[in-house]
Amino acid sequence: MSNKVDSIIRLILSDMLGLSPLQVSQMDETTELFGAIPELDSMAVAGLLTEMEDRLDIMIDDDDVDGELFATFGNLVAFAKAKVDG
Amino acid sequence: MSTAPRHLSYHFKGYDEACLAFGDASATRRILIVPPLFDEMNRVRAVLVGTMRALAEFSVMTLLPDLPGCNESLATISAQTIDSWQRAMAAAADQLTATHVVTIRGGALVATGIALPLWRLAPVKGASLLKTMLRTRMASDKEAGRATTLESLMADAQNGPVDLSGYHLGATMLAGLEAASPANNAFDVTLGESPDQLPGKPLWLRAEPQEDADMSAALAAALDRWSASCGR
Repeated sequence: MSNKVDSIIRLILSDMLGLSPLQVSQMDETTELFGAIPELDSMAVAGLLTEMEDRLDIMIDDDDVDGELFATFGNLVAFAKAKVDG
Repeated sequence: MSTAPRHLSYHFKGYDEACLAFGDASATRRILIVPPLFDEMNRVRAVLVGTMRALAEFSVMTLLPDLPGCNESLATISAQTIDSWQRAMAAAADQLTATHVVTIRGGALVATGIALPLWRLAPVKGASLLKTMLRTRMASDKEAGRATTLESLMADAQNGPVDLSGYHLGATMLAGLEAASPANNAFDVTLGESPDQLPGKPLWLRAEPQEDADMSAALAAALDRWSASCGR
C-alpha cells in the first residue's frame, strides 16, 4: 500500500496542478511543494485534500492541516500513509 | 451540416432558461448534456463545446442547458436546490425532446429520474463537491483574517445563504448536496488509459478553464458509439 499511496499522490498532483508526468515522477521526499510550485496555492490545497480523501478512502480533519503538511512531497506522503494505515 | 451554435431555451418555474445547442434539429439522436456543478462547470465548458461541435459532424444534436441560477439564468441561485435542478433537467429533457442524457461529474446528481438512456463521466458524490467548496471558502477566509470551519459555515447557512465558489447557496442546497450520491448506472465511465475508459485529464479539478481538443474528440467518439447503440 505504501508505494500505492505514493503513486496516487503523484497522480493527484499531476491531475490537479497540471504538472507533467515527468515533473511528478522526479519528486522525492525533499521536493518542496507549497511555495515552490506556483500552481499549488491555498485554493488548490482545498481540492487536493478532498481528492486525497476520495482516492485514498481516508478522512482528513482540517485541524490537522497546517503549512508543514504541504511543505514537502515527503511530508504529504507520510501524512497520507499514516491516515491510510491509521 | 452546420456546426454553428444555436441558442434554445426551456421553461422552468416562470423563467426561460438558456440552452446551447449544436447539430441539426432534425437529428434522430439528441443528447442532453447535464454539466458539472458550480465552478467545475466553467472549467470544462470549452471541452464540452468542442465535443458538441464534433458530435454535430456525426449528425448528433447536443443540448447544453443552463442550470437555473447559473450562467445566463435570471432565476435566483440562492433559491435553487438539488431537487429544483433535478426537476429543471427533467423539464429540459422533455421540452427539448432529448433522446439520451449525458452527465459530467456532479451533473449526475441532478440528472435523475429521466426515463432516457444515461451515460455518466466521472460521477461524484455531492459531499465531495461541497467539502472542496467549503475548504476553498475557509482558505479565503483565513487569508482575510477570519477563522471559519466546515461546521461554522454549515451553521451560518441556517441563517441565510453563504457564498461558496462565487455562488450564493442556501441551506437546502447545501444539505441536498451533502446527501446526494450518484445512483448505480450501467454506463459510467472514468478517465484513464484502459479501453473502457476515456483518455483525458480531470480538467474540472484545475484552477483555470482549459481546452483539450484530444479529450473533446475522444468524448465525442465515445458518445457517438454509445448513443448509436441504445435508445431510439
